[in-house]
Amino acid sequence: MTEDWQNAGFGLYVHWPFCQSLCPYCDFNSYVAASIDQRQWEEAYVREIKRLAAETGPRVLSTVFFGGGTPSLMAPETVHAILDAVRTAWPMANDAEITLEANPGSVEAGRFRGYREAGVNRVSMGVQALNDEDLKRLGRLHGVAEARAAFDVARSTFDRVSFDLIYARQHQTVDQWAAELREALSMAIDHLSLYQLTIEQGTAFGDRYDAGRLRGLPPEDDAAEMYERTQEICAAAGMPAYEISNHARPGAESRHNLLYWRYGDYAGIGPGAHGRLTLNGRRFATETHLQPGKWLDAQRSTGSGESLREEISPADQAVEYLLMGLRISEGISLERLHALDPNALNINKYNDLIYSGLIEAAGRQLRVTGKGRPLLNAILRELLSED
Amino acid sequence: MTDLAKIRNFSIVAHIDHGKSTLADRLIQETGTVQDRDMKEQLLDAMDIERERGITIKANTVRIDYVADDGEAYVLNLIDTPGHVDFAYEVSRSMQAVEGSLLVVDSTQGVEAQTLANVYQAIEADHEIVPVLNKIDLPASDCDRVAEQIEDVIGIDASDAIHVSAKTGVGIHETLEAIVNRLPAPKGDRDAPLKAMLVDSWYDAYLGVIVLVRIVDGVLKKGDRIRMMSTNAVYPVERIGVFRPAMQVIDELGPGEIGFLTASIKQVRDTRVGDTITHEKKGCEKPLPGFKPAQPVVFCGLFPVDNAEFEDLRTAIEKLSLNDASFSSEMETSAALGFGFRCGFLGLLHLEVIRDRLEREYGIELITTAPSVVYHVHMRDGEVRELHNPADMPDLTHVDHIEEPRIKATILVPDEYLGDVLKLCQDRRGIQLDLTYAGSRAMVVYDLPLNEVVFDFYDRLKSVTKGYASFDYQMIGYREDHLVKMQILVNEEPVDALSVMVHRDRAETRGRAMVEKLKELIPRHMFKIPIQAAVGGRVVARETLSAMRKDVTAKCYGGDATRKRKLLDKQKAGKKKMRQFGKVEIPQQAFISALKMDD
Ligand SMILES: Nc1nc2c(ncn2[C@@H]2O[C@H](COP(=O)(O)OP(=O)(O)O)[C@@H](O)[C@H]2O)c(=O)[nH]1
Ligand SMILES: C[S@@+](CC[C@H](N)C(=O)[O-])C[C@H]1O[C@@H](n2cnc3c(N)ncnc32)[C@H](O)[C@@H]1O
Ligand code: SF4
Ligand SMILES: [Mg+2]
Repeated sequence: MTEDWQNAGFGLYVHWPFCQSLCPYCDFNSYVAASIDQRQWEEAYVREIKRLAAETGPRVLSTVFFGGGTPSLMAPETVHAILDAVRTAWPMANDAEITLEANPGSVEAGRFRGYREAGVNRVSMGVQALNDEDLKRLGRLHGVAEARAAFDVARSTFDRVSFDLIYARQHQTVDQWAAELREALSMAIDHLSLYQLTIEQGTAFGDRYDAGRLRGLPPEDDAAEMYERTQEICAAAGMPAYEISNHARPGAESRHNLLYWRYGDYAGIGPGAHGRLTLNGRRFATETHLQPGKWLDAQRSTGSGESLREEISPADQAVEYLLMGLRISEGISLERLHALDPNALNINKYNDLIYSGLIEAAGRQLRVTGKGRPLLNAILRELLSED
Repeated sequence: MTDLAKIRNFSIVAHIDHGKSTLADRLIQETGTVQDRDMKEQLLDAMDIERERGITIKANTVRIDYVADDGEAYVLNLIDTPGHVDFAYEVSRSMQAVEGSLLVVDSTQGVEAQTLANVYQAIEADHEIVPVLNKIDLPASDCDRVAEQIEDVIGIDASDAIHVSAKTGVGIHETLEAIVNRLPAPKGDRDAPLKAMLVDSWYDAYLGVIVLVRIVDGVLKKGDRIRMMSTNAVYPVERIGVFRPAMQVIDELGPGEIGFLTASIKQVRDTRVGDTITHEKKGCEKPLPGFKPAQPVVFCGLFPVDNAEFEDLRTAIEKLSLNDASFSSEMETSAALGFGFRCGFLGLLHLEVIRDRLEREYGIELITTAPSVVYHVHMRDGEVRELHNPADMPDLTHVDHIEEPRIKATILVPDEYLGDVLKLCQDRRGIQLDLTYAGSRAMVVYDLPLNEVVFDFYDRLKSVTKGYASFDYQMIGYREDHLVKMQILVNEEPVDALSVMVHRDRAETRGRAMVEKLKELIPRHMFKIPIQAAVGGRVVARETLSAMRKDVTAKCYGGDATRKRKLLDKQKAGKKKMRQFGKVEIPQQAFISALKMDD
């Protein structure tokens, strides 16, 4: 009964906060460290798993995701120890998906076999671009050839391999992106993540942008066109978008990410990891200390890396459900939304949006249409507006 | 009471930034009127806004005791007047209360338009004028050139102008001596019935209305029963005093003296500036000539961004008008903006000052609608209506003709920018009245419609002349012209708050500029939005704001749903700063920015 919160399942997110170097666009919780004592980290993660398992009880775990930072900097032994602890802590679904984010360098590729032996069955690689000059601009340490080689190692090691690209990059034209995307599709197996470059505050790109020195970003109309072309090209290649930025052959979707978007339950461990957990019928948001040192110290001295645990009211759950759920093409269940908060939606705006063909309701599912998808933020503002 | 022969009353006239406030500070300091430890910059600029913007808004007075080189003790009364054109009226009435002026000219700059406007008022008031050349500490100071210019342009003797640095204190002693020796003592008769001029009045939270007076004849004492000659209202005097510059209570005020009284007067509106005050019994026969009250010339709507703050706005406006009789207000409702007030001001600076105070001192966020001047609408049946708001324009079939207010503008500008200035005035429907030279600078005088000036003329002038022009104006009356009401339609719906009166020949240009501006100011929506300017149902300009194409967060932040919620809250807060017109949201600053012309 408890194992399957609102049918969306239960997963575990493990955050590894270290990278070889920091990319100028990235605002994920990542750090460069001179040396990492992987034993200490391994032990802290294992204790966190035990702590959470004691709270959740024996729920069936359907996914595990190692994200970062750069989890492919983890020693295979570390991953192995963590996954052993996971398997002891929770009963695992037979078809459990265990993903690890990997940077496509040659050193990383050397560890792939070890990860597989530890239990990892899916990797997601940060290829980012298919030309060397742009990879340099993005501050990446790998070139295209190296990334392709790492990808080949990955596909011969794992059944499921996905990779990420960032587009709408500096000086990129719509046609250039379309060509790059076709090339990516010819490499891809069954899953691709295609992210438009987002300029984040507090990153090197963010600072340059604010100073007016980040040149050549495509204008809004070009970026919009790139998005549209992406949808067309991928759909034609049999990998339609199942989420704003994620494409898969039907059935090959990332189950862990679907869990987030279906607003299921997930435990989050490691610095800066978020969780959403149902405990004794109440739903909680959890956060952990951001700083790796602080997290490790807190974990060791208090037995928990958590920095915040807050009950989420049903009305706030409704908002979160919408924010997450409208990102995926299947949309949300109006029944489930209604049960959380019958007044979550602004009915006038809802009707307007249906009338304009930006959203649609079918079979008690509410979804954003293809036309509405690039306007999702604006749609959410309307749906959730008070007047 | 002070012997008439030992009193000197004076004002300081200057263009903005030529050093009037600094000089006043030095005079106060040099005479020990204020202890050094109490000295703060710009003592007389009392309000925060005055100090921040470096402008004087209301007249202020200070009484200075000075023992001159001749060994005698003198009383010097300084009235500090505002320099900005919006408050020219305050200047003119303060001038009536004193006998002389220091004409302060920045010796690095020379004579400017406000110097001229203000000095002419001093000449009109029969003042003795002492030229003061300030900022001689600066390397660019050129006293000979500036003295010559004063003689050429203003036509007064500047051979014994005083050379001063209000910054370092050089020449301050000489200035004090000149006040004593070159300015005349006031005249007056101690034994005649009381005759006092009401120079200004303002509201004080503790003392009620404070009345600034200049005694002409007779003596005013505490406990006297006084009569306002224009209204015949009688009040018992509670307090009499002077400013040093803090209030100091004294027993009586005699002829030639300047000071204040309080008399349980409830509202500033119960006092009429320029009125004559006398005793209830045995009063004087003939009042002083008096002045006509200042009339608001610019009107605009002020609406709270948050409709729930309407009552707060009402209270705040009432409080502000307690102190400012020239600021008028009347409730207004707008289909789109809800409840607010139609307010009248002496000019745009006055408008901005009041709006700033409402926002800052009372914490109310405001939407300001397009400022408008007052038109005289002559109806076919002979009735003349004052039009303060273009939205109230009567049906044209009943209108015979419309008159608009005109001004005489004086602009001083270095030769190289003259062409641009002439073009600007011409574009704004100006009629050239005069063009002469003052040294290396041209002085142009134009007859201009106030509605072309009110909004951004001064900004445009500053930008085309890189800040080197100076500008001043006075109202010269009403004239008929081909004026029409232009409406702005956003998504096919008229937005009353954006309606403006324009000259028929300018409608297309103004309309084009406005719709182009609005296209930039209104954020893209999920649908395309036509923006049109129309005169009497005919579209004169049109732009289309294309639909938003992309607004989506590409990246997934993993399980960080909190971050997504915060992002949404931020976006929603941005939405609050908008006003809904049909299905379109217009940002509040658009109502003012749409009118700024970049021509
Ligand atoms: N160097 C120098 N600066 C001065 C002098 N008198 C005033 N200033 C500066 O000129 C600016 C304008 O002075 P202010 O007294 O506010 O002018 P107002 O607008 O006429 O009241 C201020 O920055 C003063 O510090 C002076 O004699 N020498
Ligand atoms: C946790 S990150 C990176 C994982 C791994 N460290 C890497 O760099 O390959 C997941 C993905 O988010 C995307 N990403 C990160 N920052 C981005 C940004 N500012 N704009 C768009 N996509 C971004 C990248 O494609 C990246 O692979
Ligand atoms: S993009 Fe990946 S490698 Fe680069 S800083 Fe972010 S997490 Fe690290
Ligand atoms: Mg000043």
